[in-house]
Amino acid sequence: MAVQFSQEKMNKVQEIIARYPEGKQKSALLPVLHLAQEEFGGWLSVETMDYVASLLNLLPIEVYEVATFYTMYNTKPVGKYVFEVCQTGPCMIEGSHEIIDYIKEKLGIGVGETTQDGLFTLKTVECLGACGYAPMMQLGKHYKEHLTKEKIDAIIEECRKNATINN
Amino acid sequence: MGVKLLLEKAHVEGIRTYEVYRREGGYRAAEKALKTMSPDDVVEEVKKSGLRGRGGAGFPTGLKWSFLAKPEGIPRHLVCNADESEPGTFKDRYLMEYIPHLLIEGLIISSYALGSNNTYIYIRGEYAWIVDILEQAIQEAKNNGWLGKNILSTGFDCEIYVQRGAGAYICGEETALLESLEGKRGNPRIKPPFPAVQGLWNRPTVVNNVETLSAVVPIINITGEEYAKIGVGRSTGTKLISACGNINKPGVYEIDMTISVEEFIYSDEWCGGIKNGKRLKACIPGGSSVPILPANLLLKTAKGETRYMNYESLNDGGFVSGSMMGSGGFIVLDEDQCIVKHTATLAHFYRHESCGQCSPCREGTSWMDKIFQRLESGKGKMSDIDLLWHIQFNIDGNTICPLGDAAAWPVAAAIRHFRDEFEWHITHAEEAQKRNYGLAHYADPLPIVQ
Amino acid sequence: MAEEIKQEAPKKFKVTIDNISIEVPPGTTILNAARMIGGDIVPPTMCYYTPLKESGGKCRTCLVEVSKGSDKDPRPMPKLVASCRTTVMDGMEVKNITSERALHARQGVVEFLLINHPLDCPICDQAGECDLQDLSYGHGEEGSRLDFPKRTFTKHDLGPYIQLHMTRCIMCYRCVFAADQLTEKREHGVLDRGYHSEIATYIEKALTNDFIGNVIDVCPVGALTDKTFRFKNRVWFTRPEDAHRDCDKCCGKVTLWKRGDEVLRVTARKDQWNEVQTYEDGTVGWICNECRFEKKNTSDWIIEGPTKVSRHSVKSVNHYINMLKPKETIPEVMGRNPKLLLDIHSVSEVNDPSIHLSKINGPATSKTFNKLIENKE
Repeated sequence: MAVQFSQEKMNKVQEIIARYPEGKQKSALLPVLHLAQEEFGGWLSVETMDYVASLLNLLPIEVYEVATFYTMYNTKPVGKYVFEVCQTGPCMIEGSHEIIDYIKEKLGIGVGETTQDGLFTLKTVECLGACGYAPMMQLGKHYKEHLTKEKIDAIIEECRKNATINN
Repeated sequence: MGVKLLLEKAHVEGIRTYEVYRREGGYRAAEKALKTMSPDDVVEEVKKSGLRGRGGAGFPTGLKWSFLAKPEGIPRHLVCNADESEPGTFKDRYLMEYIPHLLIEGLIISSYALGSNNTYIYIRGEYAWIVDILEQAIQEAKNNGWLGKNILSTGFDCEIYVQRGAGAYICGEETALLESLEGKRGNPRIKPPFPAVQGLWNRPTVVNNVETLSAVVPIINITGEEYAKIGVGRSTGTKLISACGNINKPGVYEIDMTISVEEFIYSDEWCGGIKNGKRLKACIPGGSSVPILPANLLLKTAKGETRYMNYESLNDGGFVSGSMMGSGGFIVLDEDQCIVKHTATLAHFYRHESCGQCSPCREGTSWMDKIFQRLESGKGKMSDIDLLWHIQFNIDGNTICPLGDAAAWPVAAAIRHFRDEFEWHITHAEEAQKRNYGLAHYADPLPIVQ
Repeated sequence: MAEEIKQEAPKKFKVTIDNISIEVPPGTTILNAARMIGGDIVPPTMCYYTPLKESGGKCRTCLVEVSKGSDKDPRPMPKLVASCRTTVMDGMEVKNITSERALHARQGVVEFLLINHPLDCPICDQAGECDLQDLSYGHGEEGSRLDFPKRTFTKHDLGPYIQLHMTRCIMCYRCVFAADQLTEKREHGVLDRGYHSEIATYIEKALTNDFIGNVIDVCPVGALTDKTFRFKNRVWFTRPEDAHRDCDKCCGKVTLWKRGDEVLRVTARKDQWNEVQTYEDGTVGWICNECRFEKKNTSDWIIEGPTKVSRHSVKSVNHYINMLKPKETIPEVMGRNPKLLLDIHSVSEVNDPSIHLSKINGPATSKTFNKLIENKE
């Protein structure tokens, strides 16, 4: 995949930069990295980060420093669907560990691993601010709350279905 | 039913849209402020209201605003802290998700009061869908003349932008938030200088929580004086509490800070009692950083007085027998919950979220996490308890930002109030893997502590 | 120091540190005020570095107690403060070595800095001039309470000049500030976060900028060392001499570390706080890579004379100037010259020269030797 934003995304980048005062385009780094991650395969390769650096007139190391600090940026390839299950206190008391174990068993992968077909990655994350709707996980842009084994089954099923349609 | 100032209209059908929000009386406060009040009048009104920061620290908002430096020719900024990440806290999300225009209106008024022409909402990266909701609301406000140039022909210009974080609890600390907003790692700054003098891009900046800024709307509507009459003492107005854990009705509640903790937990209007008919063991009343309290100290203070849901009462007894209002993240634990295990998840959380800049936090949080993992895996030693105590003591107060304290307090409180449970974990290592210590002498109802 | 230059400043602030008062220009930090007083009351520092802007505040070793904020607002500060980043107010009273709280906190910080440090001083090139060694000697506790494996990192190669030992790093950020402020294009930085944060380049990269060698001088520990000096010698066996050369890139003023006539290492000149010297005209004595790494012949340099280094006695050549030779009193007291330990076999079996010491495991007494002698016979 060539690392190059489309004209439409380029306009978006310009729009983001325009939010800040002149010369403060470094402020656009986090939003542009989000955009780049969405565009270029769900993770940030060195090539992608260097591209973002050149867009914002930054040193590559400034981008690496930021990308490795924040947990939402993947610096390694991930599956098409990333299950990010919360394991902090309030979710733990509602049984997040059983949910994590169930996903492991169901997908045959450990935490931090991706299924062979490249569809699913399982991650554990810290509090996502949904403590009243525990246990929960993030899937893409949205939260899946009040998780049960049945719900996990349904979510996996749906992901598989969507993947086939998209292919 | 208590007074509702923020969530009164939250469940009106379609309140997320401008039309419905406006029909329900929205933007009346913005109109009043911009047309009939000077910026200083607004600040004065907020001062009178006694509003305190709803993010956790509880610092008087009006006072914070009055610290803002106003050097000639240098732009100032208002930044809204929507990086809600404190375990147990999900109230800001609720406000933004259900009634986004309330925040936008609050931001317009506050920007006017502070002279911020470019205002930023820094929202945690995981709340991705709320970014869309907020951007939609901003667009609607703009289309209707509440944002942009020369708002209501007053000569005041204002734009609001939403900036998404990318997964870092530390960015809820205001200077880390500003660093992140500048496109850097979320390392808290060394203070002084404070943001009021040198904040975003070294310009004078005020950073306020979502709930705080939303509360400005009712303050302008009903006046600061009336707002101050709600609540008790220095706990004025209403407070959102996000309740979770082993209760019948987890959710976000608006309270007027005069109700007792007992009422809040057991009344059907609020938490609806402990789930499955179990008994209450302990509670973290203000987000994971504040001290955990056993049931007996939660419902009554050490002096045997009723404890109320407000800043002063929750803090009664200091850290020896009290806790804090914090961010309003109310985590309830029933008799089946293991304090060691729960505290272990928090120790892990803080280790994961430490930025790594200063040595006590970077090294101390990971050391505590390792010891907790050892306790949890049944290999704990009796000396570990004192060691944990010493480590948290050496972190507390000695770090650049409050994350160090936030990591130390839960551990300190857990050991202070549940030491016997820690000891049992070590002496009954195998059993502790299978069942929890149970209630011991913590449960409600209980003999009152001396 | 920079503060001393601004002496025309109209008003001076009086600050009292550990009961010693001094008047300093406004804007002076507590640390620099303490350094002006000098002696034992100077807080130790690991991350603050005068010539590097924005440095300090991170390591927390210089924490002190402010027992009185100022004459105007005499309230004490509730928390200990980082003396390197807190400026004095008029009438401020500070407690450093007279504050149990500060000393206890410092002891805690030293423990935190050491728990994941490999303590590989015997094979570390920094040994003998290491700030962490000095700090742990001065403020550390005996033994370690950490009973977990120490943190390790994947190795990164920074090219032909600079050796990075991440396990020794204490995350002072000095090298990052140095690269930011001395070179045009910083190529290394702090990656990852919290417990896992590390100094690295992300992609394998040789650091080659003309001034990048200065990161070695600013590193308080043995995390960044000079590859051209690696394992060549121990610093305390080398003799520091000030020298200079005409350099078109840098000031050319250096310290040569020699053994005999051989130049083993070249560094910038350091002041008594182990920081690169700031000269009278305000310039900082950073040196270029060529001077540091390429000029290893005495003939490259004009030697000025022995360096006066007062911080580390082992290499303070001039320490012995004007010193009186101590009077030998042992013969007078004992009636004979003292015997060296190795001579002891003349009165005991211990260290009998006929026994190979390599045959003995661990501590030995005369019994051990007797047994070995018997076996031999």
